[in-house]
Amino acid sequence: MVEAELLSLQTSKAAERTPNVVAARGVSLVFESGGQRVIALAGIDLTIAAGDFVSLIGPSGCGKTSLLRAIADLEHPSSGELLVNGMTPAEARKRRSYGYVFQAPALYPWRNVVRNVMLPLEIMGLPRAERLARAKHYLGLVGLRNFAEKFPWQLSGGMQQRVSIARALAFEPKLLLMDEPFGALDEITRDTLNLHLHELWRRTGTTVVFVTHSIPEAVFLSTRIVVMSARPGRVIDIIDNDLPLTRDLSLRETPEFLAVARRVREALHAGHSYD
Amino acid sequence: MAKARATWPLIAIGLAVIGVWYVGAILLNGPQVREQAAEDMGFRDFVVQTWSMERPVLPAPHQIVTELAQSLFTHSVTSPRNLLHHAWVTASAALSGLGIALALGLMLAAGIVHIPVLDRSLMPWLIASQTVPVLAIAPMVVVVLGNLGITGLLPKAAIAGYLAFFPITVGMVKGLRAADPLQIDLLRTYDARPWQVFSLLRFPASLSFLFPNLRVAMTLALVGAIVAELPTGAQAGLGARLLAGSYYGQTIQIWAALLMAAGTSMLGLAAVSLIEALVAQRRGGRL
Repeated sequence: MVEAELLSLQTSKAAERTPNVVAARGVSLVFESGGQRVIALAGIDLTIAAGDFVSLIGPSGCGKTSLLRAIADLEHPSSGELLVNGMTPAEARKRRSYGYVFQAPALYPWRNVVRNVMLPLEIMGLPRAERLARAKHYLGLVGLRNFAEKFPWQLSGGMQQRVSIARALAFEPKLLLMDEPFGALDEITRDTLNLHLHELWRRTGTTVVFVTHSIPEAVFLSTRIVVMSARPGRVIDIIDNDLPLTRDLSLRETPEFLAVARRVREALHAGHSYD
Repeated sequence: MAKARATWPLIAIGLAVIGVWYVGAILLNGPQVREQAAEDMGFRDFVVQTWSMERPVLPAPHQIVTELAQSLFTHSVTSPRNLLHHAWVTASAALSGLGIALALGLMLAAGIVHIPVLDRSLMPWLIASQTVPVLAIAPMVVVVLGNLGITGLLPKAAIAGYLAFFPITVGMVKGLRAADPLQIDLLRTYDARPWQVFSLLRFPASLSFLFPNLRVAMTLALVGAIVAELPTGAQAGLGARLLAGSYYGQTIQIWAALLMAAGTSMLGLAAVSLIEALVAQRRGGRL
């Protein structure tokens, strides 16, 4: 009895030391569409600690986007417990605890670049001078300082996605949720943006949850890789990535990198053999 | 170069229309000329006669232009003999009607987009409202409003607005729904209030749908204002001018008023285009 209390005290202390930004226990998500039940997520258990860079990887339909949207309170779990910063996702959303980067840039075409980045700050009611200063700062961070007055259609796809990242960073959330942000981009742009994002994460210490299809991308960016499988969407493996935290693109040719990549690939294949 | 290429066909069609018009004037006015002519006349005299009658079936273009020029330049702008005076009376009713239509259309569209019950219950009524001929409803509106002590500009504006609100409502419903679902999700992640979603996303996204429908509404408002002047015994306005012309068989006066109405509506369309261009300019050149 006393031992159990002690144990719980210890675990709660441990929780204080490294508070979990995301804690999912038995999270399931069932859609009803056209009379059919689709199990998007089945019994997801996952904790993400502050400062982690966690990739969700898996085949199409494995629920990685659904999980991200559930964390963002854009979908509502059918069962299970999901906490973001120790709060329900709805509370966390109302406190604007996370920034979300979608698959498409989702910029507002009638606003120029800097006004797009200022959008969340406008909604939060920041004074005008600070809005502008912050937007300029984060545009600089993604290398677009000189494009502030351009309109979205005047930028390439990669630049638009960088604007959307600056927009997500601009209100300085502790948690960044990214849903295949580089999925639609060509390989070279993607490499550059991976490097950008890695440096950004190192500099800001933001917790990142990152959805991707790409094994090299997941291994290059992450501290932990969550491998998921489809029908029903579930977590089949969580791989700790012990590669050094200072990374550049040449890392991808090293045996250590390839070893982690192989582990991810094997886990993905193991998930497929269930079918 | 490109401009010239676009201008020539325009001029060619204009000349063709005028040519057909003159021929039509000969054919339509011919019988009347022959009836009145005492003796045989040469073909040349006959043609000139058909183009210079006092009350022709179809006035020749130069007769209409002369009448228009005389009306515009020999009388003061405030005189009831000046068509500008009448055009302004009608245009002010049309513009007021367009204002009513914009306010009503925007309100209806916002309601339809945000309240599911309205979406199902309101749209059939709006469509039904447009199947009632405006010519039938205009006198009733004037009588009812007159009984309430409302006369002058407002009944005409109400009828103009009645015609113009429909395209605006339909366009705005489509426009307010045009926002990308991702852009709506984005505002949700910022915990934006509903009015912020409207003012920051839905309304700006709807503008590219508003302007084409605003052009339709502009011409309808003018038609509505003219029609509203017909049954009300109005003293001024292009509609009153048309009616007076037809009472006294003054066909040239009717056509001059028609031309003035066409000019007014083109001016209105140009104004809409100008506003559209200014809005587009603020948005980096695209709407």
